[in-house]
Amino acid sequence: MNNPNFDLLMWARGPGFDIALIIFAAGIVLRIVEIIVLGRKKDLAPAKGNGVAQGIKTIFSRSIPRKGLVHYAPITYIGGYIFHLGFFIAFFFFGAHIVFLDELLGFSQWWPEAISFQWPAFGRVIIESAVALAVLAMIALMYTRLTDPVRRALSTFDDYLVWVLSILPMVTGYIAVNKLFGDPVFMLALHILSVELLMIAFPFTKLMHAFTFVMARYYNGSIQGRKGAES
Amino acid sequence: MADKPMLPELMKAHGVSRRGFLKYCASLTSLMALSPAMMPRVAHALENAPRPSVIWLSFQECTGCTESITRSHAPTIEDLIFNAVSLDYHHTLQAASGHQAEAAREKAMKDNWGKYVLVVDGSIPIKNEGFSCIAGISNLQMLKDTAAGAAAIVSVGTCAAFGGIPHANPNPTGAVAVSEIIKDKPIINVPGCPPIPVVMTGVLAHFLTFGVPELDELGRPKAFYGETIHDRCYRRPFYDKGMFAEGFDDEGAREGWCLYKLGCKGPTTKSVCATLKWNNGTSFPIEAGHPCLGCTEPDFWDNGGFYKPLSVPAGDYRKLGLAAVGAGAVAGAAGAVLARAGKAKAAAAHENVDAHDLEKKS
Ligand code: SF4
Repeated sequence: MNNPNFDLLMWARGPGFDIALIIFAAGIVLRIVEIIVLGRKKDLAPAKGNGVAQGIKTIFSRSIPRKGLVHYAPITYIGGYIFHLGFFIAFFFFGAHIVFLDELLGFSQWWPEAISFQWPAFGRVIIESAVALAVLAMIALMYTRLTDPVRRALSTFDDYLVWVLSILPMVTGYIAVNKLFGDPVFMLALHILSVELLMIAFPFTKLMHAFTFVMARYYNGSIQGRKGAES
Repeated sequence: MADKPMLPELMKAHGVSRRGFLKYCASLTSLMALSPAMMPRVAHALENAPRPSVIWLSFQECTGCTESITRSHAPTIEDLIFNAVSLDYHHTLQAASGHQAEAAREKAMKDNWGKYVLVVDGSIPIKNEGFSCIAGISNLQMLKDTAAGAAAIVSVGTCAAFGGIPHANPNPTGAVAVSEIIKDKPIINVPGCPPIPVVMTGVLAHFLTFGVPELDELGRPKAFYGETIHDRCYRRPFYDKGMFAEGFDDEGAREGWCLYKLGCKGPTTKSVCATLKWNNGTSFPIEAGHPCLGCTEPDFWDNGGFYKPLSVPAGDYRKLGLAAVGAGAVAGAAGAVLARAGKAKAAAAHENVDAHDLEKKS
C-alpha cells in the first residue's frame, strides 16, 4: 500500500529535484559564461576616471533609490524592498532551508571541523512575518502593475509568470508549516515542487537578475567611471 | 464460546473494581476520540460484548508487534480486554505447534465462521509463495483461507498494513500488505514498527464495542492516526524558535532542542507517540533523543534516509549538479564563440556606404 502524498513528496525530493537542479545549474552557468565570453569591445579612449572603483561602487549604490523616485513610485520601491528582504529572510534563515543549503553546497562536509558552520535559524515569528509581508508586497506590486496603464503596457508574459512562480513557494510554504489546510505531506510536496518550477524558469526569465545584477551594475558603473562621470 | 467468562467475571477474578473499570472506560472513550457522553455506552458495550474469537496470524515479521502488545503492562485492564477476547490461535503465544496448532485454528474458524476477528502481523510474500510457510501452508494460502470467514481484519504493524520492512527496496520476496490481497473484508490498519500497545488494544476495544472505527485514507483509525507527531511534540517550541540539535552530542542535543536537522520525520508522520508514549507513558523516541523514523507511514524504510532532514533532496544530485555546471559552461562558451564568429563575419561583409551611394541606389 502506498501513500500517494508521500510518493509525490519523494518524487519532488528525488527525480523532481534532480531535473530542476540540472536545468537551474546548467542554465545559469550557460548564461553567465556566455555573457562573459562575449565580452566587450575594448575602449581605446584614454580613461578619464577610475572605472573599477566606480563599477564596484555602483554594485551597491544602485540598491539605494534615487532621490525623489520613492515619492514618484512609492509602492514599486517600498514593495520591492519588502518583498526582497522578506524572501531573503525566509529563504536563508528558516531552519529547514539552512539544512537544505548546507547539504546542497556541502559547507559542513567540505569543512568538517565546523560541523555547526550552519548559521543560526530565525524563529517562527520573524520568518512568518517576513513571508506574510513579502506576499502582501507582491500583491501590492501586482496591483500597481495592473492599474497603472504605462506599467501595464510594459508588462510581458515573463513578468506575470515570474510573479506567480515567486509567490507560490511562499504561499505553499506558509500553508505547509502552519498546516492551514490539506494534508501536511501533500502541502510539503507542493511547496518543494513550486520551488522546482521556480528553479526551472530561473535561467530563462528575468529571475536571472539575481545573478547578473552584480555584473550589470559593475558594467554600467565602470563605463561611467571611465568617462569620469558619477553613476 | 459459552464456556469463556465474560468481562465482569474476569475483572472480579483479577481484583479490578467497578470504579477502576469505569475509569478505564472513560480513558478509553477519550482515547478513541469519542464524546465523554459516550462513556456509559462504552462501559455497557464492554461489559456485554460477546467475546469474539481472535485468530492472530504472523507472516514475514520480527515478532516485534507481539512483543509490543505483550508489554502492555500487566495487570492493566487493557490486558484483560486482550485476555477477554478469545485468542484461539497465535503461534508465538500458544503452546501447541505444527499440525496441532493448525487444527486449533481450523476448529476456531469452523466454530466462529463469519464472526471471528483476524489479526495479522507481517507481510505476505507473493514472488514465490514458498518463501514463508507455516506448517507447510504458505502465508498467502493461510491468509486467504482464514480471511474468508473473518468478520474483520486488523493489520497490526507496518508490515501487515503497508508491506513494511520486507517490502523495502529491493523487496526480494515480493512482500505485500494484507490489503493488497484481501479486498472484500473490512481491514483496519494499525501501523507502527511496532505499534503502541495501547493503540492496538484500543482498536480492539473499539471494534468490540462499536465495530470498525472511522478510518483515514490509508485505513488507519483516525483517533490514533489523525495528527502528526510534530503537532504534539514537546520539542516543538524549539522548532518554532529555530533552535536545532546539529549532532547527537552537541549542546542542542543536550538541551533537548528540535531534532529536525538530524532527520526527524515527525512533521510527516501520523501517530500518537508524542501523547500516549511508550512503556506505560514513560517516553517516546524523540524524548529519548532520537529523531522520529516515520514508522507508521508506508515505505518509511525507503523515504530518503533516516538521518536526512525532510527538506533535503533524497537523490544523488551532486554529481548531476556538477555535470550540469560543466555542460552549462561548455554550452555557454560555445554559444558566445558562435556569436562572436557571427559578429566577425558580419563585420567582414560590411560595405562602406556614403550618401552618394545611397542616392544612387534609391
Ligand atoms: S523533534 Fe521532530 S517532531 Fe519534534 S518538533 Fe522537532 S521536527 Fe517536530
